[in-house]
Amino acid sequence: MSSDVIAVIDYGMGNLHSVASALEHVGANHVVITHDPAIIGDADRVIFPGVGAMRDCMAEIRRLRCDEMLLDIMQQQRPVLAICVGMQALLSHSEENQGVECLNRVPGEVRFFGESLQDASGQRLKVPHMGWNQVRQTREHPLWHGIEQDSRFYFVHSYYVHATQRELRAGATEYGVEIDAALARDNLFAVQFHPEKSHTAGLQLLRNFVSWSGEEA
Amino acid sequence: MGLAKRIIPCLDVEAGRVVKGVNFVDIRDAGDPVEIAQRYNQQGADEITFLDITASHEGRDTTVHTVEKIAVQVFIPLTVGGGIRKVEDIRQLLNAGADKVCINTAAIQNPDLVRESAERFGSQCIVVAIDAKRVADIEGTTGIPEPRWEIFTHGGRKPTGIDAVAWARKMTEYGAGEILLTSMDRDGTKNGFELGVTRAVSDAVSIPVIASGGVGNLDHLVEGIVQGGADAVLAASIFHFGEYSIPEAKAYMAERGIEVRL
Repeated sequence: MSSDVIAVIDYGMGNLHSVASALEHVGANHVVITHDPAIIGDADRVIFPGVGAMRDCMAEIRRLRCDEMLLDIMQQQRPVLAICVGMQALLSHSEENQGVECLNRVPGEVRFFGESLQDASGQRLKVPHMGWNQVRQTREHPLWHGIEQDSRFYFVHSYYVHATQRELRAGATEYGVEIDAALARDNLFAVQFHPEKSHTAGLQLLRNFVSWSGEEA
Repeated sequence: MGLAKRIIPCLDVEAGRVVKGVNFVDIRDAGDPVEIAQRYNQQGADEITFLDITASHEGRDTTVHTVEKIAVQVFIPLTVGGGIRKVEDIRQLLNAGADKVCINTAAIQNPDLVRESAERFGSQCIVVAIDAKRVADIEGTTGIPEPRWEIFTHGGRKPTGIDAVAWARKMTEYGAGEILLTSMDRDGTKNGFELGVTRAVSDAVSIPVIASGGVGNLDHLVEGIVQGGADAVLAASIFHFGEYSIPEAKAYMAERGIEVRL
């Protein structure tokens, strides 16, 4: 069990109980779902989740000043895990909702899969990218500990991340294009998939996060 | 290698109890949806779908509590359908821990419910259920008769006059993230999916399609994917009564070249 306080940042977009339950399941016993800057400011670890449309997400993030809180946390070297739209919000810009300026904490783009997506054999691919796909770990990282190479995780998204600095990529997934399934920089780890819905592999990643020092190796 | 085709066991739940029974040798309570969901989760099901067939309002509260109990123990996606009438019903189920909701009759009565809820909660959690039945062929553009499927409500008894393929396209435009397509001609027959409508809908829309209705053996699952073009297959009785386990179904599909999560 971990006595660390883990804050799940709640900016009003979607149900966050799943991620909190999954963290508790892997041994975190102080999980708080909140947008209170005082609690987030004191937390040992932070989860930055997100579902829904980017324009609404960014509006709520800014209204509740979660962008400033996040900047503080990242500078203080406390471990941060961003999930799905939470990951996308960290990039510079998203094509969703006719274009949305994002937090620009990680330089790069969030792009639409497109209406005519195909795999290598010319087979049409459906959008959203929904279901269990393989993640190739492109480099070693403490959050991959105990997770087999090419394990499947649960994805559901229509827009994908492409970071400008390719060395930040920690995981890659193929879906018509190669997407950044995971990014890592210092105390930040960001994933496009939903670890809280990814059964054994997802729970292992969350277990790794609960005990992560916030350093890359 | 790429995205896996999904296998989804479906439970019919009434007032918090699984009806039609589930026959696993080693579970204590065959009517407990929490225990059954955990079992399917352990077996490697890719998602779980709950169909709430409760009529009464009090019973629906029980269902919400059931969803809450499952969500803290089962860490794969959970879809809940049945009886959803308004945005508030959707919010309640998502807050209880459902990852997706399945809208059926209410979408026909009020298509804007789909648009509104997709905008509010995101397309990823809005599944539109289509119950289709084959009706008289129409004359195609070349003069050759073409099959046609209409949407029926009330368990397949009441025709709506709505073309199933056109409706699937319309619901996609309205923001649905996925289609759950059930053939009312096949549901409960164990004769396999109605592959014609599965293929027609799957080709017509850009979003994923779940095939449902009629699964009696593992070849039917394969056909739904290969011939029907479905992205996922949903089945109830073949799994509930232990005829086949989820791992057996996945191994069978994998042997036939279908990518699955093993």
